[in-house]
Amino acid sequence: MLLNIKNLTVAIEGKEIIKNLNFQVNKGEVHAIMGPNGTGKSTLAAAITGREGYEITGGEIWFKDKNIVDMDADERANLGIFLSFQYPVEIPGVSMTNFMRTAINAQREYRNLPPMSAAEFLKQMEEKKKLVDIHSKLTNRSVNEGFSGGEKKKNEIFQMALLDPTLAILDETDSGLDIDALRTVANGVNALRSDENAFVIITHYQRLLEYIVPDFVHVMYDGKIVKSGNKNLALELEEKGYEWLKEHTLA
Amino acid sequence: MSISGVIKMGSQVDAIRLRITIFAALFKHDLNKFIMDENTNNNILEEVTKGEYKFGFFSDIETDYAPKGLTEDTIRFISAKKEEPEWMLEFRLKAFRHWLTLEEPEWAHLHHPPIDFQEIIYYASPRKKPQLESLDEVDPELLETFEKLGISLDEQKRLSGVAVDAVIDSVSVKTTFQDTLSKHGIIFCSFSEAVKNHPDLVKKYMGTVVPYTDNYYAALNSAVFSDGSFCFIPKGVRSPLELSTYFRINAANTGQFERTLIVAEEGGYVSYMEGCTAPMRDENQLHAAIVEIIAMDDAEVKYSTVQNWYPGNKEGKGGVYNFVTKRGLCKGNRSKISWTQVETGSSITWKYPSCVLLGDHSIGEFYSVAVTNNFQQADTGSKMIHLGKNTRSTIISKGISAGKSNNSYRGLVKIMPGALNARNFSQCDSLLLGDKCGAHTFPYIDTRNQSSIVEHEATTSKISEDQLFYCNQRGIDTEKAIGLIVNGYAKEVLNKLPMEFAVEAQKLLSITLEGSVG
Ligand SMILES: Nc1ncnc2c1ncn2[C@@H]1O[C@H](COP(=O)(O)OP(=O)(O)OP(=O)(O)O)[C@@H](O)[C@H]1O
Ligand SMILES: [Mg+2]
Repeated sequence: MLLNIKNLTVAIEGKEIIKNLNFQVNKGEVHAIMGPNGTGKSTLAAAITGREGYEITGGEIWFKDKNIVDMDADERANLGIFLSFQYPVEIPGVSMTNFMRTAINAQREYRNLPPMSAAEFLKQMEEKKKLVDIHSKLTNRSVNEGFSGGEKKKNEIFQMALLDPTLAILDETDSGLDIDALRTVANGVNALRSDENAFVIITHYQRLLEYIVPDFVHVMYDGKIVKSGNKNLALELEEKGYEWLKEHTLA
Repeated sequence: MSISGVIKMGSQVDAIRLRITIFAALFKHDLNKFIMDENTNNNILEEVTKGEYKFGFFSDIETDYAPKGLTEDTIRFISAKKEEPEWMLEFRLKAFRHWLTLEEPEWAHLHHPPIDFQEIIYYASPRKKPQLESLDEVDPELLETFEKLGISLDEQKRLSGVAVDAVIDSVSVKTTFQDTLSKHGIIFCSFSEAVKNHPDLVKKYMGTVVPYTDNYYAALNSAVFSDGSFCFIPKGVRSPLELSTYFRINAANTGQFERTLIVAEEGGYVSYMEGCTAPMRDENQLHAAIVEIIAMDDAEVKYSTVQNWYPGNKEGKGGVYNFVTKRGLCKGNRSKISWTQVETGSSITWKYPSCVLLGDHSIGEFYSVAVTNNFQQADTGSKMIHLGKNTRSTIISKGISAGKSNNSYRGLVKIMPGALNARNFSQCDSLLLGDKCGAHTFPYIDTRNQSSIVEHEATTSKISEDQLFYCNQRGIDTEKAIGLIVNGYAKEVLNKLPMEFAVEAQKLLSITLEGSVG
């Protein structure tokens, strides 16, 4: 099992947000997580990736057979966890090239690999740029600086493609993307899918799941996964809304 | 963690290699290729893995000391030691007598224990061995010091990209590449040599930009200055080499008083670099330099410096007091002087590189990055004095404070009645790391005519937790992330530095801020 979350409880400033959550992901799988605003989807992603301020008050997070609960965020990333941010941050003055080069080499160092040569790095950049159809105009700029909402999301997937993680969590990557960009990003993700990695896709819309077909769909409500199913669950939700679910689960 | 341990061990060697690569790159004038060199970024980042002051070694070179303390006799001793002509001694004595009448200044945002000027040794020189014909005859300890600094004279000779006038303990030990320079009629030598060999030029220009009456430390410097550099670019000559001086304070209790004079005649151009590192020391060391620059019609002087003196330890003990007077005079029409500085060292920095824009259409520029950490204090900025018509000045100041440090920008833009259509643009940004440090901005603007425009922008920001997490999430640890973000913040200024310094400066920024978060 790649990711195994057991009885996880997460609090922010003393307030419990995730409540006794269980969640498993195997290699080769794509999981979708849906659920109303404010139910803790992003909080779950933050807890998995080790963001400070997200206090794990109970439970365990196992990744590649290690309990990563006490691990720093950078080490978790180096182990192969990637987060496509719901709100990517701007880093003025730091070029995309320098940023990605630093990231790739930090990850390589962690894995006892020598730094990537400049030539190889540039080759990789070119390849992945094509994959997500991101313009050099963007990759030549500072990290996310002045990028449009959609460009920022594309840039997240571009970074994911370069870092080639084992587990990628995509937090609402689809929101803000136009129809063509959505298709490009989905195609990019599909191209990267393999038996060796897994994806957790947080989304509000069925549309993305038409392109990236999930093996499982989960619904999160009030800090817990309240319902799991296959891709049809997403269709059903789209049709009936969360009210249906509330009645359904509370009944 | 153990992996980075190995890298730490080798980083000194890497520093030397890196610098050699840089010299080579400069020599080939193939900078673009160099920028792409795969080692550049990595080495910079690897080298930041070490926390303590890197160049904090102490080399044991035999030294001639002046007796401790400051009297007319001290000044006569220094002058005699340096075999100076009578007029030089007279200049010193006049300055000294004036200094005696002055009060030590007190600065609102700087705090330090009182300096006992009688406890300072005002002169120390590496013991002179008669007539050094080759490097073999140079004190091996001295060569080793250069080696540790990554500027072995051997390499410099071989690569011959940058002419270096290396100053150790107040006396220039070796000046290289005079041949290339003298072919163009450029004079680049120690101040002492200039006094001996070019007395007319020294007499003509010394003290014309910074008179000894200027301020307390200028008077002190004028009385006791030990050595420094002299640079003269004749009419119509563009210096083919970037001139570089490495200063180094190297004997206990030795105040360092350099004096630099740069003159560019009509149409002359030179890019001049000054860099320094100092050994770790327990007692505070006083440093009070003077730099004077004069640019005639259509001349341009670029002065760049990376200052990395010992800042004191984490508890605020020790460190260099750096009280410097730097001023450029744009004397000619269409002349230009630009100061670029990266200040990471010293426990106290007091420094305002200034431009007096006398010639019509002359241009003054000031680009600065000042970093303070732990208990460091910096009070730095620029003065732009507009006298000529259509004069322009730009001030870009980037302050970065961490730990319990204090970082102040103090700037003066003065536009005189005759400076019609003068323009100034000032931008002062402060970046705070943590909440125990301070940033202060004191812009003084004094405009005395209606046709001039002065713009001032100021921002204060923090490295956000969001930015750090974003970097962490890509596998970049917090220390590297800070280095990355800070270098990004300072980029506008770093880009103004000659390539060699830009790389060095990036390293210094990161090293200075190590351990400042977490
Ligand atoms: N830093 C914080 N401080 C206080 N409360 C927070 C913080 N971050 C999140 N919360 C709260 O935790 C709850 C879950 O937030 P979270 O961002 O995980 O929701 P989400 O399911 O991702 O919602 P959306 O679909 O709108 O993105 C919300 O009530 C939110 O207000
Ligand atoms: Mg969310």
